Formats: sequence, structure tokens, C-alpha cells
Amino acid sequence: MIRMTGLLVLVALLGLAAGRADAQGIDTQNEIALFGAPLQTARAVLAIDGSTDTEVFAPILEAFAKRVPDVAIRYREITTNELYDLAERGCSGAEPAADLVVSSSIDQQVKLANDGCAQPNHSAAVSALPAWAKWRDEVVGLTYEPAVIVYNRDLVAPAQVPRSRFDLIDLLRPADNPFNGRIGTYDIEASGVGYLFAFVDAQQATTFGRLIEAFGRNKVVATCCSAEIIDDVASGRFLIAYNMLGSYALVRAAEDHRIGIVAPSDYTLILSRAALIPKRAKNAELARQFIDFALSGAGRRSLSESGLLVSFDDAGGGLAALSGAVPTLRPIALSPALLIGLDRQTRDNFLALWRSSLGGADPEAR
Amino acid sequence: MNRRTTSITVRLAVTIALIIAAGGIVISVAAYAYGRQAAQEAYDRLLAGAAFQIVQSIAVLEGRIVVNLPVSAFELLALAPDDRVFYRIIGPDGGTITGYEDLPTPAAASEDVAFYSDEYSGETVRLAAALRRFAERGFTGQVQIIVGHTTRARGALARDITTKALGLVAIAGVALVALVAFAVRSSLGPLARIEQALRSRDPKDLSPLTVSTPREVETIVAAINRFMGRLASRVTIMQNLIADATHQLKTPIAAVRAQAELASEEQDPARLRTIAGRIHTRAVGLSRLADQLLNQALIIHRSDAAAQEVIDLREVAIRATDETDHDLLSTGLDLHLDLPEHPVHARGDALSLVEASKNLLSNALRYGAPPVSFSVEHKAAEGIAEFAVVDCGHGIPESDWRDSGRRFARSAGSLPDSAGLGLAIVNAVAEAHHGRLAFSRTPEGRFRVALEIPVVEGAP
Repeated sequence: MIRMTGLLVLVALLGLAAGRADAQGIDTQNEIALFGAPLQTARAVLAIDGSTDTEVFAPILEAFAKRVPDVAIRYREITTNELYDLAERGCSGAEPAADLVVSSSIDQQVKLANDGCAQPNHSAAVSALPAWAKWRDEVVGLTYEPAVIVYNRDLVAPAQVPRSRFDLIDLLRPADNPFNGRIGTYDIEASGVGYLFAFVDAQQATTFGRLIEAFGRNKVVATCCSAEIIDDVASGRFLIAYNMLGSYALVRAAEDHRIGIVAPSDYTLILSRAALIPKRAKNAELARQFIDFALSGAGRRSLSESGLLVSFDDAGGGLAALSGAVPTLRPIALSPALLIGLDRQTRDNFLALWRSSLGGADPEAR
Repeated sequence: MNRRTTSITVRLAVTIALIIAAGGIVISVAAYAYGRQAAQEAYDRLLAGAAFQIVQSIAVLEGRIVVNLPVSAFELLALAPDDRVFYRIIGPDGGTITGYEDLPTPAAASEDVAFYSDEYSGETVRLAAALRRFAERGFTGQVQIIVGHTTRARGALARDITTKALGLVAIAGVALVALVAFAVRSSLGPLARIEQALRSRDPKDLSPLTVSTPREVETIVAAINRFMGRLASRVTIMQNLIADATHQLKTPIAAVRAQAELASEEQDPARLRTIAGRIHTRAVGLSRLADQLLNQALIIHRSDAAAQEVIDLREVAIRATDETDHDLLSTGLDLHLDLPEHPVHARGDALSLVEASKNLLSNALRYGAPPVSFSVEHKAAEGIAEFAVVDCGHGIPESDWRDSGRRFARSAGSLPDSAGLGLAIVNAVAEAHHGRLAFSRTPEGRFRVALEIPVVEGAP
């Protein structure tokens, strides 16, 4: 039985799920993974949609499956924007809703809750969270991941490694610096997390203007997806990648000695992947159990092992570090203020600024 | 068995409890209304602040409305931490420039901020709408900004204010009850002191209480002291009466016994008869004395206890004359009764006055010289009336006038069968009627004794 629950089934999207997704016009390469009891014998199926890579999220799903042996868990990995579209359609009833949505695009999660698409989980575990890590008990932060600078240890001399954004700007100032054309960052038009980091950066400090100006001069490459960008850093195509999600970077750095990581010393943004139970969820109670499990000691350990819960022990220790003890760690609060970034006009204005600053950097992107 | 009424403590407790309960209800309603209003105003200002910030962020660029939503506006809205936030910006053509396209608009657009409530997205939302007019090159018209949020924080604040107000009321109520308990104990303290003073005093001690008490309890102490005074005077009277009786009966009884002893040894029938005669005389005097003593006791008792009513003094005089010892009248002595034509009213006890008048008459008839006149005289100028008896004898010597009427006052020449109590009774009746016993000589030199009492003028 335990062996069964531990079984991870990776299914390339081919069968029923593919048909349905296509029918909804979602052009995606999402994967569906099953955990826990076989679908035929399961008492219930907990349907989780998430933006986290399946292999990264699998350990906590497996751990939870052991807690509820008669439940099958279906995890579908989708990109953040599609996740939002699906959830919005699930909210209006146009499409069956998932039981739980876990996304790194927390502004979209807040928007869903603001639009009345979520139901609360008033559990002790949730109320114990700091105020910034939850909103209305509907959007609940499960993980803590820093936005980091990733660099290639072999190609960037230790003295050159930028410790802060000021260092990075200084590094990019000389006209003939070696980083020209070899800096990667998220394409904020395609990546929800990339947009969120950039938008919050713009609010945090005036350095942002100078930074994207420097990026523009140095023909920064804005592209998609953490994994690809970090691969390119490892291979040496990029020397530096800016605003990478710490969870992926740390896991890769542990395996690959070529990858170095810096948490900027001026300030480090902390993202907390947010879970939300859709209003029309069929197994909301199971979803609540999962959230409470993820916030429990066992769940925390599992998330830490996956790199989703980055320990800030080096910088000052655990959650205390996130609650103001270390002033350079700046958690992005789950609050309606995140809605601004999603405002149509504001987003257009911000993207226009981004595009005009990066100038002709884009053509090289894809 | 005394009828017990509800204790003062219970009465006060019930009254205060009712007041506090009624006050509590009123205050609860008021506190909730106030809390709601306070919360409404506080959060409306928040909404207005956010609306103004958004208004300021709107600009016209190349003939087009450009909105850069300020983060501070949303951070302001996020001060209502658990409320969903909605906004909408409407262009001059009525089209939504950005925000929630179906957010309700106010009934009437106003230059100032308009606040209104509506149902939206399944919840009650409070909205604020503001206007901004533009007159720029390429763009003229007005832009409407609507900002709103759900009412969770308002409800929470209203509840918080209400709860705190009620908490204060509860504390005040408890304090009030404690104070009332203390006040009742301390204000009932004097009663306990009076009880203590009464309990600890000697049973024979009938002197007034000297407990210091608040003004409100003074009446109780005064009533107790009046009662004690009456009791004390009664006891004194009883003691005096017993002393009188003992003293006055001792001599005649001793005399009778002596005569009787003489008689038992006497052999001579003639002298025996003489002795028997003396015994009879003594026995008659003794019986009159006993009568008078009982009369006096009765009258003293009546003067203290009988209800005084308005009576016609002429009737008193007639009764006294009628009841005067017929033996005395039948001896042929002349009695002249003189009454005024009009009634003379006074407040008093008819029986006592009749007895007193009879005593005056008897004295005059027995010891004075005829003719005797008995009159009722109304002295309107002095507000008094007199029962006056005048006889032609020597009367009481003037040196004894002051002492006459006192107990045991017996002039040296009193006769053995004189009780000596007659004038004492009259004096007691005079005092009980707030009057006096007066002796005088008429212009003709006759002896006049009068009982004066105040009259009631104009009584029916």
C-alpha cells in the first residue's frame, strides 16, 4: 500500500486530459501526475493545479498521500497564466474547478480571491502565519523562495560577482564589459513571476530604472522559464541571470558546481507560492487538509528538501528573518496591493516602459 | 408577630439592577449605532483618500487618458486587511477605461466624493465615486473614478467599538453594584448602632438615647426617646402612687388597729360602743382615702392616655354638681351653680375634669363655710376658662397656697378623714390640660379656688 502511494506516475499529456485541454483551446504541454490510491479504488480524487515543476512538488504530494491512503491525488503542472485562465473559467462555472490551485504568480492568486473565486481555510495553521503570508485565509503562502542573481562560477571571477544591484549596475557600466549580451532574465510579458518581480522591483527602489537601462545597453536576453535560463548560465551562454526563483537555482546549484547564487544585499525579494481553494472545488475539505499539512512540521520538512522552502538560517534564521529581523529580506505581501500590477492600463504602461528601456534587446530573445 | 417588609438591601439591589439592565440595553443599542457610524466614517475616509489618489494619477497623454494606479492608494485600501477591493475608471463616453467593468455607479454623479453601498460579487460593498474634469488639448471631458471594498473591516471595527463600550458598561455596572452594597451597609450602620445602644443599656435605664445618628434617623431616635420618656413618667407615677398609698394608708390603718386592740380589752359596753364609733369613723375615712387614691390613679392614667376631645365645660360643671356627694348637699348647705349662657369649649377629658371639679366642690362643702358658689367663667381675653369655687370659710392659708396641690401637702390642721389628695388630683388634671390650679381671695375676702384651662375659641 505504502509502495503504491509512493508510486509516481508521470503521464505525458496524451489521453483524456489532452483532449479536454485542447477542447478548451489551451495550447499547453502540461503534465498530469497521479499519487496515492489508484483512481479506481480511491474514495476521492484531490485535483491540484500548480505552476511548480512536478518533480519538485512530488515529495510533498507523496508525503500527503501517505496521510490519506484512500485518496488519489492528481497534480497538473501548468504555466501561471494558463493556471489563472483555467481558475477564472472554473470560477464562472465554464469549466470544472480544481480542488486546489498552487501558483507562484501570487498577484493572480490574489486577483482570483478578490474576484470571489476562493473559499477560506480558517485553520489554526493558517492563522499562525504572519499577516503578509495570507489574505482573507483564502490565499495562503506555502513556500518561501528568494529572488536571486545566478552566475557562472567558472566564467565570473569571484571579485566580479555582483553582491547587490548597485554592483550589477557598476559591472554593466563599461562600454566593453564582457557581460554584454550574456545576461538573462525572465521575459516579463510571458512569465507571471518575472513580471511580478520586475513590478515589485520598480516599487522597491530607484535602482530599477538604472538597472533596466543598463540591461538595455547590454542587450539583456529576456526569455522564458527558470530551468532554461539556469541551463544557459551553467553552459556559459549567460554569465549572469537576474531575478531567478531561488528554489530552482538552489536545487541546481547543489548539483552543479558551475552555478553560483547571490541574494542581493541591498534587498532580496521573498516570494511565497500561494495556495487557493476555488469556490467550486469538489473536495475543498481535502484541499484544506493538504494546506494544513503543508504548513505542518512534516510538510515544512518535505518542502525544504525540495528547495521550495528556502532556509534563511545563514542570513538570520527561519521565519523570524522574514518578519523584519533581517531588513534586506522583503517578502512580497499577499494583499490587494498586488492587484495594481494586473491592472490593464498599468500593465500596458509598465510593459511599454520595459520594452522601451530594453530597446532592441528582444530580437535575440527567442 | 411583626409584619416583615422587603429589606432595604433587596429593594436597592432590585432597583439598581433594573436601572443597570435598562441602561445597559440603551447603551448597547447606542454603542452599536455609534460603532457602526464611527466605522463607516473611518473607512469612508479611507475610500475617499484612495479615490483622490487615483484621481491625481490620471493624466491625459496625446489625447488619451492614461492611468498609472498608485500603489499607495491600494496600500491605503489594504488597511482594511481582509476586504476585497474594487475599482473602475470610466471615460467621458461611459466606457470603462480600466478596472471592474460591471462595478455599480452612483445614482447621481457629484463633484464631491459620493459614497454608496451596493451588492457586488456576492457581497455588500461600500463604494466611493469621484469625478475629474479635463480640458486639455485633444481631450475635454470628465473621468469618473469608483473605488470600493467589502465591509468586513467596517463590521469588525463596529463590533470592536461596541464590545469595548459594553465592556466598560459592564465594569461600571459591577463597580456601581459594589458601591451600592457599600452605601447600603454604611447608611444602615446607624440603625445597628441604635440597636446596640438599646441592647447594651441597663433594663431600668429609661433615659434618652444619646447615639449620634444622621438626620434621617434622628426621627427614629426621637420617637424612641419620646416613647421612653412616656414610659419613664408612667413608671414614676406608678412608683409615686404606690409610695402615696403606702404612706397615706399606714396611719389610718394603724389607728384602726389600735382602736380595735383597745376594743378587744374593753369590758365596759358604753366605752366599747364609743370605740366602735371611732373605728367606724376611721373606716369611713379610710374608704374615702382608698377611693381618692384609685380616682387619682385613674385620672393620672387618663390624663396621660385618654384621647382629648372638644367638650362643653358647662356640661362638665353640671355633671360634677350632680355627682357631688349627696350626703354633703343634704346637710342643707347652700350650693349656688353659676353657668354662662353660651357654650364654653375646651379640649380635654370630660371624666378627669368632672372628678377635679367634684374634688373642689367636696373640699368647699366639707371644710369651707356656706354659701358655696360654683361657676364656669370664660375669660375670652386670656383664652382660658375657669371652674371656680368660692366659699365663705377661711380656706387654705395663703402661706400654703404654693404647696397646695402637691402630694402629701397637708396643713397642720387637716382633719383625720381628709384625704389630702383632693387638690393633688385637681393639680394633676390641670397640668394634663395645660392649665393650672389658682387660689385667690375675692374682693369680699372670700376664699376662691379655680381650675384654669385653655379654651378652644369658635368651636361648634
